[in-house]
Amino acid sequence: MADTLVDSNGTVTSSDWKDRFYHVDQILDRPGPRTDPSFLAGDEVKDFLRNNCKILVIGAGGLGCEILANLALTGFKDIHVIDMDTIDISNLNRQFLFRQADVGKPKAIVAAQFVMNRVPGVKVTPYYGRIQDKDDAYYLQFNLVICGLDSVEARRWINATLVNLVDPENPESLKPLIDGGTEGFKGQARVILPTVSSCYECSLDMLNKPTAFPICTIANTPRLPEHCIEWASVLEWPRVHGDKKLDTDDPEHIGWLLSVASARAKEFKIEGVTWSLTQGVVKNVIPAIASTNAIVAASCCNEAFKIATSSAAYLNNYFMLIGTDGVYSYTFEHEKRDHCPVCGGESLEISISREWTVERLIEMLTESQNIQIKRPSLSTPLKSIYFQSPPQLEEATRPNLEKKVSELVPDGGEVTVTASTLPFSLSLLITYT
Amino acid sequence: MIKIWSMKKNEDAQAKKKPKTSAAQIRVQKDLTELDLPSTMTTNFPDPADLLNFTLTITPDEGMYKGGAFVFSFNINTNYPHEPPKVKCTQTIYHPNVDLEGNVCLNILREDWKPVLNLNSVMVGLQYLFLEPNADDPLNKEAAEELRKNRDQFLYSVKSSMRGGNIKGVQYANVLAQ
Ligand SMILES: [Zn+2]
Repeated sequence: MADTLVDSNGTVTSSDWKDRFYHVDQILDRPGPRTDPSFLAGDEVKDFLRNNCKILVIGAGGLGCEILANLALTGFKDIHVIDMDTIDISNLNRQFLFRQADVGKPKAIVAAQFVMNRVPGVKVTPYYGRIQDKDDAYYLQFNLVICGLDSVEARRWINATLVNLVDPENPESLKPLIDGGTEGFKGQARVILPTVSSCYECSLDMLNKPTAFPICTIANTPRLPEHCIEWASVLEWPRVHGDKKLDTDDPEHIGWLLSVASARAKEFKIEGVTWSLTQGVVKNVIPAIASTNAIVAASCCNEAFKIATSSAAYLNNYFMLIGTDGVYSYTFEHEKRDHCPVCGGESLEISISREWTVERLIEMLTESQNIQIKRPSLSTPLKSIYFQSPPQLEEATRPNLEKKVSELVPDGGEVTVTASTLPFSLSLLITYT
Repeated sequence: MIKIWSMKKNEDAQAKKKPKTSAAQIRVQKDLTELDLPSTMTTNFPDPADLLNFTLTITPDEGMYKGGAFVFSFNINTNYPHEPPKVKCTQTIYHPNVDLEGNVCLNILREDWKPVLNLNSVMVGLQYLFLEPNADDPLNKEAAEELRKNRDQFLYSVKSSMRGGNIKGVQYANVLAQ
């Protein structure tokens, strides 16, 4: 496309040259049969996408690199990226924003720099660290969040954080979360509208759990190289090293496991114990496939673009890709789980006197017509208030019964109530009169 | 930007803020306070404020291990119930499904764990190992072999190990209930 402004050093000086976004504009210049009623064709939507929309990408690995490149090329210009990892030589085959010379450097910083060098006018702000380091105010600044993570724990955390962020008084607090994930030839992309649609926790039991071999097979009848590696890591490591924690990122630890597993494999005439398999088994890594990452990232970015611009109906809400036998995909609506511990369950605002004791509160929960909970156990996010059982915990928390609720829970504070008569839990928001 | 908020209006009071209590923490609270254990099992919390680390003592009232008190450590991480609790036997015991390091061969602790299972299921599963030791999934091969070949001899070894005896060069812990 013509009209690129290039100065004498060959650097692009102006970002939006004529027809820069010619193809994207075909979608944004006029409404189509599937555009949302709120779609504002033309300059307004382009202005939002290119000058106002702030998007957060979590993870700058296999999916993250693809996502960052796609977003920058589609016209998102204010992109933030978080990743806590540094670049490993084994990443270079698919994490195409990194080069040999970058090995050892933080992924977020290198990826941000690469995208900014390559795509003029895009600002990518990196953060090299954990998502847990950031507070609500940080997450509140974004319009959208895209996740390309390989950790269930990190996903559960960001999901719960975004659900908690939703403030009934403030529409801006609802941040759509687009979650991508891949495992070998399989992958998925989903759109989570916190508190509105099914969340990550709602579908937790759908996850493939990590392959675990029966411990007796590992101990007695190994048949696979993986059995030998698990023997070394699950049984031999704690036996030899006691409480010392196995660090799966420490080459010395992997080396130890490799030699122990190799000896075991030799004894049972098993072949195939290698450095990379050892690392793969202990870190529970399923080989990453560049093409799966590309497909899932494309799907995620397509959804981000549709949600940011209202230019077309977005995914409702789960896209599944299975590339193991041919190429198969399936899209369905994953239903919200009523008793989801993050987005489901019930919450109740109650206003009580500062003088009320915990015992009085429990009486109220048990007797009140519209609550009627049998034997409730109570806790705050930080400590137990009163547990009905087991006996030792009941005894340890019993002195709290006589204390005032206001000594244990701040005004506007939260109390989690569980009881066998509740499907999951009830959260009480306590204010004092 | 798509207007999601308008979709919320149709819903009832769903938008009320949920507590910051983590899903794992709520699950552990629910699991612990609803434990339905027979008198042969008791939990002990070294620090009652720490719900994630505790022990379970099993005192079988029937079967070959009757008279013993077997102590297991439970360690729950923040990814519970996606991941099972880590359970180990804290004593050196003579049992076909428990090795000398305290590792336990119980399917729901590893390959068959599902998030719908709970701490109660694990505890009941552990107790079952003392009622029906299983020679087919051995972790202590000698013990399994003996159970399969000579049940009387096995019973004798169990009783002797429980008193702190030495079997084939291995010193076992005295686990007799006080
Ligand atoms: Zn949910």
